[in-house]
Amino acid sequence: MTGPLLTRRQFGKSLAGIVVAFTLAPELAWPAESGLPGSLGAAPLLDAWLRIDPDGKVTIFTGKVEIGQGALTALAQIAAEELDVSLVAIHMVSGHTGLTPNEGYTSGSRSIEESGTAIRFACAEARQLLLGQASARLGLPLAGLKTAAGTVTAAGGRKLSYGQIAQGGLFHREATARVTPKPAAGHKIVGTSVPRLDIPAKVTGDASYVQDLRLPGMAFGRIVRPPGPGFRLQTVDVEAARRLPGVLAVVRDGSFLGVVAQREEQAVRAREALLQSAKWSEIADLPEADRIHAWLKAQPGEVALVSEKSSATAAPVVRRLEATFSKRYTAHASLGPSCAVARMKDGKLRVWSHSQGVYPLRDSLAAVLKLDPKNVVVSHVEGAGCYGHNGADDVALDAALLARAVPGRPVQVQWMRDDEFAWEPLGSAMVMQLSAGLAADGSVVEWRHELWSNVHSSRPGRAGGANLLAAWHLAAPSAPAQGLSGGEDRNAVPLYDFPNQKVIRHLIKEMPLRTSALRTLGAYGNVFALESFLDELAIAAGADPVEYRLRYIKDPRARAVIEMAAVKSGWKPGFRSDGLHGRGFGFARYKNQACYVACVADVMVDRQTGRVRVTRVVAAADAGQIINPKGLEMQIEGGIIQSASWTLMEAVSFDRARVTSRDWDSYPILTFPEVPKVEVHLIDRPDEQPLGSGEASSGPAAAAIANAVSNALGRRVRHLPLDPGWIKDAIGKP
Amino acid sequence: MIILDVNGKMHTLDVSPDTPLLYVLRNDLGLNGPKFGCGLGQCGACTVLMDGTAVLSCLMPVARAAGHKIVTLEGLGSPGKPHPLQRAFIKEQAAQCGYCSNGMIMKSKELLDHSPDPTEEEIRNALASNLCRCGTHNNIIRAVRRAAREMKPRELKPRDMKPGELKR
Ligand code: FES
Ligand code: FES
Repeated sequence: MTGPLLTRRQFGKSLAGIVVAFTLAPELAWPAESGLPGSLGAAPLLDAWLRIDPDGKVTIFTGKVEIGQGALTALAQIAAEELDVSLVAIHMVSGHTGLTPNEGYTSGSRSIEESGTAIRFACAEARQLLLGQASARLGLPLAGLKTAAGTVTAAGGRKLSYGQIAQGGLFHREATARVTPKPAAGHKIVGTSVPRLDIPAKVTGDASYVQDLRLPGMAFGRIVRPPGPGFRLQTVDVEAARRLPGVLAVVRDGSFLGVVAQREEQAVRAREALLQSAKWSEIADLPEADRIHAWLKAQPGEVALVSEKSSATAAPVVRRLEATFSKRYTAHASLGPSCAVARMKDGKLRVWSHSQGVYPLRDSLAAVLKLDPKNVVVSHVEGAGCYGHNGADDVALDAALLARAVPGRPVQVQWMRDDEFAWEPLGSAMVMQLSAGLAADGSVVEWRHELWSNVHSSRPGRAGGANLLAAWHLAAPSAPAQGLSGGEDRNAVPLYDFPNQKVIRHLIKEMPLRTSALRTLGAYGNVFALESFLDELAIAAGADPVEYRLRYIKDPRARAVIEMAAVKSGWKPGFRSDGLHGRGFGFARYKNQACYVACVADVMVDRQTGRVRVTRVVAAADAGQIINPKGLEMQIEGGIIQSASWTLMEAVSFDRARVTSRDWDSYPILTFPEVPKVEVHLIDRPDEQPLGSGEASSGPAAAAIANAVSNALGRRVRHLPLDPGWIKDAIGKP
Repeated sequence: MIILDVNGKMHTLDVSPDTPLLYVLRNDLGLNGPKFGCGLGQCGACTVLMDGTAVLSCLMPVARAAGHKIVTLEGLGSPGKPHPLQRAFIKEQAAQCGYCSNGMIMKSKELLDHSPDPTEEEIRNALASNLCRCGTHNNIIRAVRRAAREMKPRELKPRDMKPGELKR
């Protein structure tokens, strides 16, 4: 009983013929139908967001989750600020399908914009309600009442605690958003570097992660995956595995194969035995890894004009340049492989997961397992940093499938290292072809950016199929749902004001390897290409790259960030490399609407080995109103270091049948001795909207590094990663 | 039966002798500090101290740990009473997702025990095989330097001192 396993051809088929006409960026399409700010639109009741117990404990409910970005601390700060309670009185409940609002995914750097805005307005209104209630109870006018530390105090000294007032369904009403939140000038908690609430537990070994969940009677599961996407399970000695010590169940359903054991090491051993005995049929039809970019360009893609602008008065073009850039498939490569716990009892499924979207995951699990979504509860428990759509959701279905075999017992499944590398959805390979026409003074008058990419978002929860790995392997498989387009052209439209510009995307629906959201989606590749090419044009025009960028930017905030990075890094126009040291500039405003970041990178090139070392990165960032400066700085710095790793060394390797990056040796990342020093300078704009920052530095950092490498070599390297192969190639060129 | 000395307590365990120490610590002793990162000796997430030496518990059969003193992250300190290294990691906010923190702290503990006042380069080299995917490296370096200062106040060299630091 071997079920059909989805090959890339079937992938392609299931995606073909769908006309995609989204104007919104992926994952931005969250409803706000009521016109209320942020996520209040999706959950307008105040008590969906907060509760105050008689003892004064404040619980804040958010649909956004902690993924190591400090979101829960920042959201708690916002709540404490508006309510006038201390931070320690706040208890955060996040990502729970039974308890919290449905805020879709924690992605796109939108937690503060969406959940933060909702919590800010909800808490401001709640405070006003508390005041009103206190005024009625005390028989005193509102004007004489003050709030502080969870207490309403009257001029004469009479007091009522929030816990006393907030009863009887006081917050069970729709938000109006008519109570204006506090002005930034009055903030005492927002805008300060409150220490992250989760760090003390994490550095002392308190239970923090889904991996640390130990439920009574919990068993351990492991999955036996096919060697690659085109393989189907033919035969396997299930009986022999069942006889191994501690094995409680072996589950085989089509090409899905897994084992549950009493102890974790027993599950690991049984997995090894099953791997040994499994026979697979093989389809080796992946494109050649080295020709992946030519392959992408040769596919019939869905072509769309992303943006076009023209000016009749632009100066004539006297010179044209063009260049092609590329990136390979990249991995999230979370430090901890994905993990979930599931329990099936009396037809009800309970799942603990580090998914970025518990509601969409619940719906997908229910669909695959043919359960009523009402009988599925998914709650978020942290995992290792994910940086997008890694194996979190998939392992939740794995755990559920195994839990069905041992009813009533919770089953914890953690992927092995090779499961994660071989099966996590990847960041797509991309090709970016750019061309420009320059005027006599060297300025850009025409700009064209054309790109080829697979989809950058194929998370679960989309209609028309199931985006959960195991669902495709079952004897009665679900087809994958179509991915969401739009991520591939993220940041492809230049923020620079070029008189004529055209951006075209080719979305290639046939996925040789599964792709989905990896931090920034397409912005990393597009910013790398755009900012590299602009650097080429500046050099061609004999202009300083910083001055050249400023020619096309009026937005004062963008200018301020560019200028600050230049000043703080000691940028000097006309810097000449000695052939070993290089310096480069990169800038972007993430999604052209979130946080602004400019970076200056210093690199050192070893001309013998072709190895590049990034020695220092100086960044300037404007994320609007800053909720937590230290938290923001870490997001920017973390993005820079991760981007340095992507840019210098990362590419998922594969042969014609399977992913061959399977461990940290075959997918190396930047290590301590190679990590650059990083300086982050923040521009606070207390009266502006807070802007998403978690993905803002990746693109600018890559561009700055690439420009620095070109500065050092005197030659352009246009293909990522900038590994010794490309560097030596560039050095060797005449 | 295997007798294991973990964080100063003796435990008698009925497990197969080739069980990786990591699973015994996590699942039999309920310790969360050591983490499964790769099971291959490549990432450092599972680091514990054995007689003061940092070892990778994912590769260590539990039988080989018997007769040695094992110390885990929990053995250093608790949220209420953190070890200076843990305190320094909190102070410097040296964790994003924090999944690597165990390995970083345990490896740094070994380093500071041998070299109480390490240079930045020594710290980078000591942590070379501990991976962090979140890009927290520089904060971790600062945390280790802070811990070194706070653990050895009297041996401070002037270059490491900020005004007033010794007056406590
Ligand atoms: S888990 Fe032991 S080195 Fe990675
Ligand atoms: S903080 Fe996430 S891996 Fe280091």
